[in-house]
Amino acid sequence: MIIAERKPIKELLEMLVGHDHVLLVGCKGCVTVCNAGGVREVGVLASALRIARRRQGRPIGIDEMTLDRQCEPEFISWLEEPLREKGYTAVMSAACSVGPQYIAERFDRVAVMPALNTKFIGGTLEHGVWAEFCRACGNCGIHNFGGLCPITRCSKGLLHGPCAGSSGSKCEVRPEVDCIWHLIYQRMKNLGQIEKLKALKPAKDWSGYWSGGVRRVVREDLTL
Amino acid sequence: MKAGSNLERLLRSGQFTITAEFVPPATGDRGLIERQARYFKGHVDAVNVADNMGAVVGTASWAVSRALLDLGLEPIMSLVTRDRNRIALQSDLLGASLLGIRNVFCTTGEHQKFGDHPEALNVYDIDSVQLVNAVRGLSGSGKLLGGAVCDKAGPFFVGAAANPFGDPADFMILRLGQKVRAGADFIQSQPVFDPEKFGHWVRLAREEGLIEKCFILATVMPLRSAREARAIHEKRRGVEISQDIMTRLEGVPEPEQAREGLRICAEQMQALKEMKGVQGVHIMSAGREEVIPELIKESGLETARARD
Ligand code: SF4
Ligand code: SF4
Repeated sequence: MIIAERKPIKELLEMLVGHDHVLLVGCKGCVTVCNAGGVREVGVLASALRIARRRQGRPIGIDEMTLDRQCEPEFISWLEEPLREKGYTAVMSAACSVGPQYIAERFDRVAVMPALNTKFIGGTLEHGVWAEFCRACGNCGIHNFGGLCPITRCSKGLLHGPCAGSSGSKCEVRPEVDCIWHLIYQRMKNLGQIEKLKALKPAKDWSGYWSGGVRRVVREDLTL
Repeated sequence: MKAGSNLERLLRSGQFTITAEFVPPATGDRGLIERQARYFKGHVDAVNVADNMGAVVGTASWAVSRALLDLGLEPIMSLVTRDRNRIALQSDLLGASLLGIRNVFCTTGEHQKFGDHPEALNVYDIDSVQLVNAVRGLSGSGKLLGGAVCDKAGPFFVGAAANPFGDPADFMILRLGQKVRAGADFIQSQPVFDPEKFGHWVRLAREEGLIEKCFILATVMPLRSAREARAIHEKRRGVEISQDIMTRLEGVPEPEQAREGLRICAEQMQALKEMKGVQGVHIMSAGREEVIPELIKESGLETARARD
């Protein structure tokens, strides 16, 4: 899923300067799972902002709403009515950054602010701890590496093995994480595939990655 | 002979070879480079010119390499994959060829987190093995990584790094094999403070048939003090300093420790010269080029080299 975390209150308050009636919109997708933007977080954030603004002597009205998903235009359209009726000057979106962008595209007279920092594609390690597993390079090759991704999980994205800084099985760049090459090596050994690691890998084709402009996936069979 | 560099000639003729590392400061002042170069001139066979060593901005390795050529020194131009994609790297290689640079050394480079621009975006488009392969393609058949043909560059004598003390240990020979197959002609190791462990790695490399395919240069590093030794041991991953060395350094009063460090290093150079499969030493002086002449004198290796 997409992992996000809430921006610091201070930064959000700066965004809200000049606004006194806003809608805070959460999302029931990924950001609910990673406890950053679901119904509960929207509630907590709204009260925190209200209290802070009252203390500043500039009270703010914040209404709360949480959509099933913000990465679908269909759900974004649910905002139409409240925006028309209530005269909000701004919407703050607590979703991954697809949400605020969709809102901005749909409503051209309302300021849109991101409440979250969208971090990465990841998974849960333990309660409250998430880690990155994939950079969405567009051309998955992890079967060559025992099912583990060196592109994302090696700090240098190396394809032939560990750098000289790897020691004690930890990464030199981030000592709190495993050097993925230790895990890959162990897996390949267990699988009897060490030969595969000896092979020279061609320079990676990054054309399906960030270098190629906006990426799209089209499923002809699903298009109308 | 492949590239015809002095380094290649010496190694091929079986002579024990000494290289040293030059970390160019960030300067546009040719005079400064020339002043620092005097510690190498007449003392070493070739000079590794670092490429933004430690992810700290320094003057471009191709430019400094050319300046060294003008001074009658033989450069080994380093290229790291951290900062440039395959287009820029190959472009630099072609430029190096144009400038008469014949030795190149390929590594990935330290992560920018450890340098003077930790907020920088890194590139790591290709890794060191792929860079070695790119140099071979370019200077062998005149082929670029993308498949297009260019006018042959170089030819280059290609170097790569190896970490005999790396972790996991049995991966390390496999790594050497990758680099040799990708086209590395010579290898400079991580600093050696444990000759026994290093010797073991060289033996394994020989068993794998890799020693006949590349020249191995063992890196040595003169230590300034027991405190520095401890800091390197603790902080610099992939480098372990043996207890013997630590005890020796601690055994002399602090002002004399640099001298002792030099002596230890010189002894290691002698020992490495006797090691089968080792064709030279590479001195990593960590920005203290001024000790190089004395270190080589102390080691007694001076006369073994062909001097100009
Ligand atoms: S290879 Fe690419 S797609 Fe597969 S896990 Fe790694 S980054 Fe993601
Ligand atoms: S220590 Fe391991 S994970 Fe970290 S950069 Fe080096 S090879 Fe990659």
